[in-house]
Amino acid sequence: MGEIRLMKGNEALAEAMIRAGCDAYFGYPITPQSEVLEYLSIDATKRTGMVVLQAESEVAAINMIYGAAGCGRRVMTTSSSPGISLMQEGLSYIASAGLPCVVANVNRGGPGLGTIQPSQGDYFQSVKGGGHGDYHLFVLAPSSVQEMVDFVREGFDIAEKYRTPVMILSDGAVGQMMEKVELFDQMPRKTEFPDWATTGRKRGQDRTYITSLFIKPEKMEMINLNLQAKYQAMIENEVRYQSFHLDDCEYIFTGYGLGARICQKAMEMGREKGYKIGLIRPITLFPFPTTIFNEMASKVKGILDVELNAGQMVEDVRLSVEGKTKVDFYGRMGGMIPSPDEILNAFEEKFINGGAK
Amino acid sequence: MSDMNFDRLDIRTDDCMVYEKPLDTLLDVPFHYCPGCAHSTVHKIFMEVCQEMEIQYDIVGVAPVGCSVFAYHYLNVDMQQAAHGRACAVATGIKRVMPDKLVFTYQGDGDLAAIGTAETVHAANRGENFLVIFINNGIYGMTSGQMAPTTLEGMVTTTSPHGRDIATQGYPLKISELLANLPGVAYVTRQTAYNAAGVRKTKKALQKAIEYQKKKLGFCLVEVVTNCPSNLKMTPLESNKFVEEQMLAFYPLGDIKVPGGK
Repeated sequence: MGEIRLMKGNEALAEAMIRAGCDAYFGYPITPQSEVLEYLSIDATKRTGMVVLQAESEVAAINMIYGAAGCGRRVMTTSSSPGISLMQEGLSYIASAGLPCVVANVNRGGPGLGTIQPSQGDYFQSVKGGGHGDYHLFVLAPSSVQEMVDFVREGFDIAEKYRTPVMILSDGAVGQMMEKVELFDQMPRKTEFPDWATTGRKRGQDRTYITSLFIKPEKMEMINLNLQAKYQAMIENEVRYQSFHLDDCEYIFTGYGLGARICQKAMEMGREKGYKIGLIRPITLFPFPTTIFNEMASKVKGILDVELNAGQMVEDVRLSVEGKTKVDFYGRMGGMIPSPDEILNAFEEKFINGGAK
Repeated sequence: MSDMNFDRLDIRTDDCMVYEKPLDTLLDVPFHYCPGCAHSTVHKIFMEVCQEMEIQYDIVGVAPVGCSVFAYHYLNVDMQQAAHGRACAVATGIKRVMPDKLVFTYQGDGDLAAIGTAETVHAANRGENFLVIFINNGIYGMTSGQMAPTTLEGMVTTTSPHGRDIATQGYPLKISELLANLPGVAYVTRQTAYNAAGVRKTKKALQKAIEYQKKKLGFCLVEVVTNCPSNLKMTPLESNKFVEEQMLAFYPLGDIKVPGGK
């Protein structure tokens, strides 16, 4: 049993970063995730020797990540929506160059400067690319403070296994709320680094270099094919989701992160009223849990997707069910959070009362 | 290895050898640079410095976006290729996690003083311990001759076809003088590579900068004012004359800041 503490999501994420043996954090303040840099600034360097540096911008921060990741180090940055937008160029380079790192987005309401309240408006940006070119981030969606802790360590493992950038896509609520967490023990920082890392030329060898530039199209196509093979391996090996009541359900609620948590309550309320509702919560948004949706589609009367946006993940749900069942959507935007009552009402309206229309 | 292939005649024989590459630090690959371009000269002298000072195993470089984007095809030291303008941020990341390694960036005027100005200024202001080799030829090379932040007043480029107009396009930026004002900056010098004396002095400046880096004195910048015959639409000799008469009149040579004084 690890140490138990009552912690705020952002601070728990920062504590997990220190304990996961992170070598460097580069970040820039933005609400609602500034606690991460603040927490690390207290004594992270004293505790493990890790680098903690406030960059001049998110643009600089992600490129510091590129440099340090290129040295084979465990590195992480965090930001919120507008700042994550500024990092997109760097993430495209990092994905192309095959550098491992973890980036957390504490999603706030947009578009534009938007609001500092929670939102899930960055699903498309996180899951479908965000920057230029054919690449994916490996996207983990925590729905609790505990998962803010667990996904840091697991994110580093995935990042290093696939040499890929990993995104922890949370939101302003998960970042700001306090919950009981169990912390894993302090892990040692790495002392050995992979061969591809630019740690200084080795004697008797030519230099190592890191690049995403391959002028010849034949070579660049190979780089792309290798990336796609990596994504295919993630799809085959790394899909994660949580489910409830799939054995007896007639309807399925789905959502991720905060949305899924609210759905869980709505599901319980619905079951008390006699509706046989189940829940699928995708934990990996890329790779998406396509198969479970497809399997369940022929067994249920409909799926209600709930998100704190205008309907983004619902596109992946629809692609997964291949038209085999009705998929409808309920969402709030701009920092508004739907209540369980609202979701249950939306369900009744779309599937029970007006469902035949 | 390089993904460029060139057929060439090997004219090297012992009896005609008057000039040699630093064999351990410069890869035996023909440069892709235009005839008369100073990039290959600066690459060579910096690799001579690395070999002579025996730091090739202890240094990591950052290549920019610009003509020298492929620097890692030639320089036999560990390198990372950075996004346009971000070399100083990438170098910061490298140096912070490996404080005992030497780190350098190699950047042109557009990369360092236009799109990357913020990263350059803030790395300098933090006193990051790395060396910036700044190639200033007053024009964009890789994209074929557009106006650079360092383009001289009245100078014709493809995006200032009537000559750089100060009223609408601003002044040529003396970024080295600007950076020298910052307390985190240890050493700023402006050199050239258009003639033999200039090349020798540039090499000396690079040696000094490496000494300062070993002592972790702070941010060092060696500006090299160079030509760009292809985009100036000149012969190499004409472009050298342009450097001597026009560029150096506005960008005077010499130390701008040295450790402990001036």
